[in-house]
Amino acid sequence: MASTVGVIFSSINDENVPELTRVRSMGSVPYGGRYRLIDFALSNMVNSGITTVGVITKQNYQSLMDHLGTGKDWDLARKEGGLILLPPYSDESETLYKGRLEALKGATSFLKKCKQDYVVLSDSDSVYKLDYSDVIKFHEEKNADITLVYHEHQVSKSRYYVTFETANDGRITDLCINPIAKGVKKNYINVMVARTSFLLNLIQDAIQHGYNSFGRDILVPGVKNMRLFGYKMNGYYANIDSLVAYFNSNMDLLKKDIRYEVFGNRDVYTKVNDSAPAKFTDGAVVKNSLISDGCLIEGTVENCILFRGVKIGKGAVVKNCILMTDNYVGHDCNLSYVVSDKNTIIRDNRVLAGCELQPYFIGKGSLI
Amino acid sequence: MLRKKECVAMLLAGGQGSRLYALTSNIAKPAVSFGAKYRIIDFPLSNCINSGIDTVGVLTQYQPLILNEYVGNGQPWDLDRTFGGVHILSPYEAKQSTSWYKGTANAIYQNIRFMKMYDPDYVLILSGDHIYKMDYDKMLKAHKEAGAACTIACMEVPLKEASRFGILNTNPDGSIYEFEEKPAKPKSNLASMGIYIFSADKLFKYLELDEKDPKSENDFGKNVLPAMLNAGEKMFSYRFDGYWKDVGTISSLLEANMDLLGVTPKFDLDDQDFVIHSRSPLSPPAYVEGDVKNSIVANGCDIEGDIINSVIGTNCIVEAGATVKDSVLMGNITVKKGAMVNYSIIDEEVTIGENAVIGAVKEEACKVESKTAGITVLGRGITVKKGGKVSAGEIVDKDV
Repeated sequence: MASTVGVIFSSINDENVPELTRVRSMGSVPYGGRYRLIDFALSNMVNSGITTVGVITKQNYQSLMDHLGTGKDWDLARKEGGLILLPPYSDESETLYKGRLEALKGATSFLKKCKQDYVVLSDSDSVYKLDYSDVIKFHEEKNADITLVYHEHQVSKSRYYVTFETANDGRITDLCINPIAKGVKKNYINVMVARTSFLLNLIQDAIQHGYNSFGRDILVPGVKNMRLFGYKMNGYYANIDSLVAYFNSNMDLLKKDIRYEVFGNRDVYTKVNDSAPAKFTDGAVVKNSLISDGCLIEGTVENCILFRGVKIGKGAVVKNCILMTDNYVGHDCNLSYVVSDKNTIIRDNRVLAGCELQPYFIGKGSLI
Repeated sequence: MLRKKECVAMLLAGGQGSRLYALTSNIAKPAVSFGAKYRIIDFPLSNCINSGIDTVGVLTQYQPLILNEYVGNGQPWDLDRTFGGVHILSPYEAKQSTSWYKGTANAIYQNIRFMKMYDPDYVLILSGDHIYKMDYDKMLKAHKEAGAACTIACMEVPLKEASRFGILNTNPDGSIYEFEEKPAKPKSNLASMGIYIFSADKLFKYLELDEKDPKSENDFGKNVLPAMLNAGEKMFSYRFDGYWKDVGTISSLLEANMDLLGVTPKFDLDDQDFVIHSRSPLSPPAYVEGDVKNSIVANGCDIEGDIINSVIGTNCIVEAGATVKDSVLMGNITVKKGAMVNYSIIDEEVTIGENAVIGAVKEEACKVESKTAGITVLGRGITVKKGGKVSAGEIVDKDV
């Protein structure tokens, strides 16, 4: 593959899921029993042969730093390149960035130092698998200025997303940043490819002209004055743009085909913790659930995602729940449609219920 | 300040482990899987790091490939250090001679230069085939307080089993007056655990003496320890009363795995104050749909069948309608639908075909006379064909 550098926005749509991002950035939102959302973009990069990745952070990034560490778990602890955190205020900027473009301005000195020909940009609020080298090949073949990756799916609610239309050769003919039309659309998944030098020029130009929106000031006019192409991504894609989307995407992993598609090759990397294997007692009844290392199951668990170190007491019945690391559920509790953040204690006999469209959320470290 | 290490650990990991039969035909005993996600060597290595010992030599000889790969640079145990850390020490060719490690003492003797690089005051000698959690620092303190030349960790065992061990006969103050290697008529039930702390100068001295003795078998238990005692060196026992198991036989390996089960198990792996580290594989959480009772299941499993009183290692698939009972599945094993696995140890990468029957129910299998006391063993990488049958107590290392 052509030499490529990766850039991940770890904190760009945090406001979509305020419950989960109160104590962390989007990239470090726990997902799927042992992962964090950033693992998907980061693993995609590593599996595409990218060995230099800059991670742009904004606020609340302590937990992200703790997760990423030196990058060793992604094989990105390197002398040449590797994982590089790009925190705010580290460049010349005096204020905290607001949009994507300002965030990129803060990354220019990093990008200038990179010798790689191409740059891949990705957000970290999505679950997807993609070989970026295919996108770069497409980009080269089309002689594109910018290639935007899209996924075709039903659009329900108009919210921070970008849709576009393409000609037969993939060239983007129209691009909307506030689409009104409903139906199956080509949805930009916030993954793009460009030549590093082209992107740097674009940022330079944006600074000179005082642009501040990547969508409005660069992509929309770009349809006419640049060669913008759309690359179609197939396969599973979930954007975590609400607590319900978070809930549904986790539950998707209980479907065998999706689970195998996402994890079948064992190539989603994450920080490794040394928890003991999950333990089931004689009273355990488990159906259709993901159970992580360190769990102790003494009660009934159905259609759940249990993260590391979750303890389910005797006689407790837990259905359709996502319980994050080190949740403790006392005996004879009854939980359904609960999303519980890390380190929560739910005392004996508690009954808690949400519903499919409104899971009951419990904040990190709560005592119920 | 000169760079030195107060205590260096030397881990004897070269043994073949012939009493584990098919389980060690291609790998060294310390690399055998244990407790769903661990390998035996995780225990001494974790003990070292949890005791503040960060310099460990691992002496390998027999089939070291998987062991070497597993230990790697020692990162999973925080033993990747710029000074110290874990080092694989295999036999090497020297100017005068080339030799394999002859006995335990000779293996250590051949690596005197490694130990001297760290200028240690003490050397801890460990075996690679025991399951236990132990703070060696407490033992080191006792060694220093006693002013001993050598301290031997020991524990009480049932007297009828005592003749399988090295037995220590001690004075009331804990000092040792006699050491008997596997005595026919043991005088005490205080068994050596194969864990020794030596003051480094004494160790080097007696290793060199032992090497010069042509009659010596170059073994710690048989030669070096008795020689030190005869020379009047101060030797002390250090009593350990926690869980400790030599997993050198099929039945002890199964038993130690079963000791992990239950809410208050005999041996607790989920101990936040004493974490056992391992090279954890990158697998998603286990998917569980079947009936799982009194068992432990590692990440990466896909369980749609029934699991009872068993230990299921990483990335195992147990299909719907299959049953695994009173057994150990080591890792990357597929049990196809309708298959029955009873009272067995199944090594890694095994495929058990549809409706195959492995072993017999524990109560009956126990009565079967075999080298493995009725436990069925399937060796690494084999395939049992659809409807295949392996009887209780059999050891199989080819496809059936």
